Amino acid sequence: MNWTETLAELIRRTTSDLPADVEAALQTAAAAEPAQSQAAVMLQALVANTALARQQSTPLCQDTGTLTFFWRVPRAADTHALEASAREAVALATQKGWLRRNTIETLSGRSADANVAEGCPACHFEQVAHGDVRPPAQTRPFGALEGECPHEPFEVWLVQKGGGSENMSRQFSLPDDALGAGRDLDGVHACILQAVWQAQGFGCAPGILGVCVGSDRAEGFLVAKRQLLRPLGDAAPDPELAALERRALRDANALGIGPMGLGGKTTLLGVKIAARPRLPASYFVTVAYMCWACRRRGVRVTGGGAEWLG
Amino acid sequence: MAGVMMKQIRYPFTEEAVRELRAGETVQVCGRIFTGRDRLHKHLAEGGACPVSLRDGALYHCGPVVVPQGEGWRVVAAGPTTSVREEPYMAEIIARHGVRVIIGKGGMGAATQQACKRYGCVYLQAVGGAAALLAQRIRSVEGVHFLDPFGATEALWELEVEGFETVVGIDAHGRDLFDEVRASSGAVLRRLLKDKLGFRS
Repeated sequence: MNWTETLAELIRRTTSDLPADVEAALQTAAAAEPAQSQAAVMLQALVANTALARQQSTPLCQDTGTLTFFWRVPRAADTHALEASAREAVALATQKGWLRRNTIETLSGRSADANVAEGCPACHFEQVAHGDVRPPAQTRPFGALEGECPHEPFEVWLVQKGGGSENMSRQFSLPDDALGAGRDLDGVHACILQAVWQAQGFGCAPGILGVCVGSDRAEGFLVAKRQLLRPLGDAAPDPELAALERRALRDANALGIGPMGLGGKTTLLGVKIAARPRLPASYFVTVAYMCWACRRRGVRVTGGGAEWLG
Repeated sequence: MAGVMMKQIRYPFTEEAVRELRAGETVQVCGRIFTGRDRLHKHLAEGGACPVSLRDGALYHCGPVVVPQGEGWRVVAAGPTTSVREEPYMAEIIARHGVRVIIGKGGMGAATQQACKRYGCVYLQAVGGAAALLAQRIRSVEGVHFLDPFGATEALWELEVEGFETVVGIDAHGRDLFDEVRASSGAVLRRLLKDKLGFRS
C-alpha cells in the first residue's frame, strides 16, 4: 500500500465501519426501548445496517458527508504535500464507490465528480511537539508503506459529517431573551436543548453533539466539530463542563423525540462540550449536531507503518 | 424489521390501498419507485416535464451511491434524505403528477400534510442512514433520467424494490406523527427550561 492508498483505506474504514463505541451505544439504546416499539425497531435497523456496511465495505450512509481531515504533524511537515495526498485519496475513494459524488460547485450547480475542489476535502493542521506523536524507533523511509509519504511520524483523523445533520447545527448568542437564556451554564444548557428540539428527527437522531462555549463565530464551529472526535465514554476535563454534559444528555433524552423523530427514549447518544475564551461583548454557544452515523477514524504513521485508530 | 406485523403495498399504488394506511403502521413497499431530490422537485414544481409517469407512483427522497455494473448500475447505499427541503414543491407535485407515496425522512410541513389528505397520498419514513440495509432491498436499477445535468446524486433513478421497510409518518387522514412528537417534546422543553432557568423570575 502506498501513502495515497493508505489514506484511501482510512476513508474506506471511516465510511463503512462505525466506531465501536457508537455501535455499542446504539445496541444499548435498542435494548433500552420497549420491545417491538418503533424506536426499538429503528435502532435495531441501525445496528443491522452497521454490521452490513462493515461486512460489505460499503458506505454506512449514502450521504458520505463533508470530509474533514484533522492532522497532527511534526514541525517539519510539508502540509501542501499532505493536503495533495488527501485530495488524491478522496478521488481514489470516490472511484471505488466508498464516497458518493457529493460535491456541488455552488455557482454552476455542477457536480465535482471526484469530490475534489477548492477546500475539498478540508484539512486542518496542528503542529505538535515531537514527543506528542509517538516517534518511530528510528528514522527511515516509509517502511511497510513503500515510500512516498512526505513526513512521519504523524496522526490524521477523518470526520465524515452528512448534510442532514450539518443543517441542524446551530449557533446562539447569549443572552437570548426569547429562549430565556443568560450568560451562564444554565443558559448554555437551554441553548443545547433548544438545538435538539429544533433538530427533531431531521438530523437522523439519535445524534451526538459537539458544543463550543465561547470563542468567535467561525472558530466556535470548528471547536464544536473537533469535540466529535472524542469517544462517547469520556468526560470533559473541567468538572463543571462534565456535569453539564451529563445533564444535557439526560434532559435531551427526556424530550422524547426518539430515533428519527418518531418518539422514544433515545434522542442523543452523547454530548461533548469544550469552553474557549471569548470577547467581553460575545458569548456564543455553538452546537455541531452529528447524526448517529458518527464517522470518525484515524491513522498513526510511524517508521514501522500505519496503525489504525478509533 | 422482523417481529413487527407489517403491511405491504405494491406499485401501482391505488388510492384505496394508500387510504388504508394509518400513521405509526409499519409498511413494506414493493415494485417500482422513483428517486428524486432537490433539483428534480424544483424542476417539476416549475412545470418541467417528467420523463416517467409518477401517477400512482412513489417518489423516494434519496440520492443514492451507485456504481456501474456491466451495462447498467448497482446501488450500494440508498437511505433517505431530509424531506422537508422539498416542502415548497411537494404539494404541487402531488396535485399535478398524482404521486401516491412519498418516502423520506424527518417528515414534512402543513401543505404536504393537507395534500396527502386531499389527494390520497402518504408519507413514509425510511430509517435515516440505514443506507446499506435499504440498498439490499433494491433488486435492480431499471433506468436513470437527468443524469446530465443533475448528476448521479440528484438524478431520477427508477428502482425495483422488494420489502422496502418504512413507517407511516403522515397518513391520508390528516394525522402526522412528526407534528405530534414536535408538540409533546416542546411541552417537555418548556417545562425543563422553566424549572431549571429562572432567568426571568
